[in-house]
Amino acid sequence: MIILILLGIVVAVVVWAIATYNRLIGLRNQVLNGWRQIDVQLKRRHDLIPNLVNTVRGAMEFERDTLTQVMEARARAVSATGPADAGRKEGELSQALGRLFAVAENYPTLKANENVKMLQEELTSTENKVGFARQFYNDISTRFNTSQQTFPSNIFASMLGFKPAELFEVTDAAERQVPAVDLSMRK
Amino acid sequence: MVVFVAFLAFLGYGFDRFYLGGGSAPFPIGSVFALGIGSVSALSSYYAGDRAVLLSTGAIPTERAIAAASEEDRLKLRQLENVVDEMSIAAGLPRPKVYVIPDADPNAFATGRDPDHASVAVTKGLLDALNREELQAVVAHELSHVRNLDIRLMTVIAAMVGAAALIADWTGRGLLRSESGGSSRGRDRGKNSDGLGIILLVIWLAAVVVAPLIGQALAMMVSRRREYLADASGAELTRNPLALARALTKIDAAESPTAAIKRGTAHLCIADPLGRVIGLHEGKWANLMASHPPMKNRIAALNEMGFQ
Repeated sequence: MIILILLGIVVAVVVWAIATYNRLIGLRNQVLNGWRQIDVQLKRRHDLIPNLVNTVRGAMEFERDTLTQVMEARARAVSATGPADAGRKEGELSQALGRLFAVAENYPTLKANENVKMLQEELTSTENKVGFARQFYNDISTRFNTSQQTFPSNIFASMLGFKPAELFEVTDAAERQVPAVDLSMRK
Repeated sequence: MVVFVAFLAFLGYGFDRFYLGGGSAPFPIGSVFALGIGSVSALSSYYAGDRAVLLSTGAIPTERAIAAASEEDRLKLRQLENVVDEMSIAAGLPRPKVYVIPDADPNAFATGRDPDHASVAVTKGLLDALNREELQAVVAHELSHVRNLDIRLMTVIAAMVGAAALIADWTGRGLLRSESGGSSRGRDRGKNSDGLGIILLVIWLAAVVVAPLIGQALAMMVSRRREYLADASGAELTRNPLALARALTKIDAAESPTAAIKRGTAHLCIADPLGRVIGLHEGKWANLMASHPPMKNRIAALNEMGFQ
């Protein structure tokens, strides 16, 4: 009888361990996928920018500097290495783009141009997608970390070598102070 | 939900005890049988329902709508596609199919059996009335219905409402027949039982009479709770509850009902497409049969989230 009870407990523990392990693996894959999703969106942004610059170049003859700054910031962001470096350079690119759109406000013909509007919408959306991809990454990482660190799965998680995922943060103190650039086309 | 199952079990138990005469069986065979029939009808709507709904509302896929649209509309439609993309990234869901409904009243709904087979449809009126941020909030609300599996839940509930109605229907016919045909097993049962049995019989008969009504009311109760949930998890996706509050205010201000959307999909819309009038007076009875909570309460709840 006692043997049966013990056997039951062992089976229950094993089933629980398998379930926990599978849940953690599932979460870890989601975290990895979330991280790649950020890269996908950043890549999309890099691809869109030359398009935008070419479209507005004709109308913005006198704003060479702004345009060059955007292209340079883009080149730096594309060649960035490592998450911290990329984070900072992508931030600079966002700022350069923000300046470009602020300057573009002074060109009525440009503002009325359907192509420019469409490109602006695409860029706004890409900016949002980068933001939401980071948000999702942080959400899912937090869930992953929490399920690793709460009792009783914490005993098990560290035994199997699960490590908490790093959250995405604003690394640059200066960037934190810069007000968010509003690219949306509110009338 | 638990109340619902209990109610159905009680109906089935009474059915077995008083009608089939199998009072000794602890298992509600009658309700299981009715639930089986209800499930078959629900399953067919589960697999084909989204197509039927989209067809009945005249929804057009955005890709096709963009090809035919004017310059300005094209921008709006592209914006809709982008916003759906953004929100599915934020929710970590596969991108649903996007449709636009040629209807001037602002409304939106989601359908499909699971996140892999989901569709989001938005009326033309909504695109015209809302700005980008508000549109994003509405899409987040709809994607929350998808993520919380509300579509599946409401299908299950539709099956149970159907089963309750079936039992009520069968009993009604049975009683009529036994009226003309003399004594039936069910009546003998009732006579031979003790006092408790008679009381049970009376309660059960009363329950049967109002079963379709109660079934509907319970279903709507679940639907209303899921609306609050979708509002809250939508705000979690955008991190911007005030945009949804503004969008709801604008949607509420539009008077006309959404002609293109029929009753079957009401619980998946962002705002009740039929009962605008019900939303206005807030009596207990009006609330009981509404698929959506009063707009005022939803907006208040969102504003609270925003100001905390």
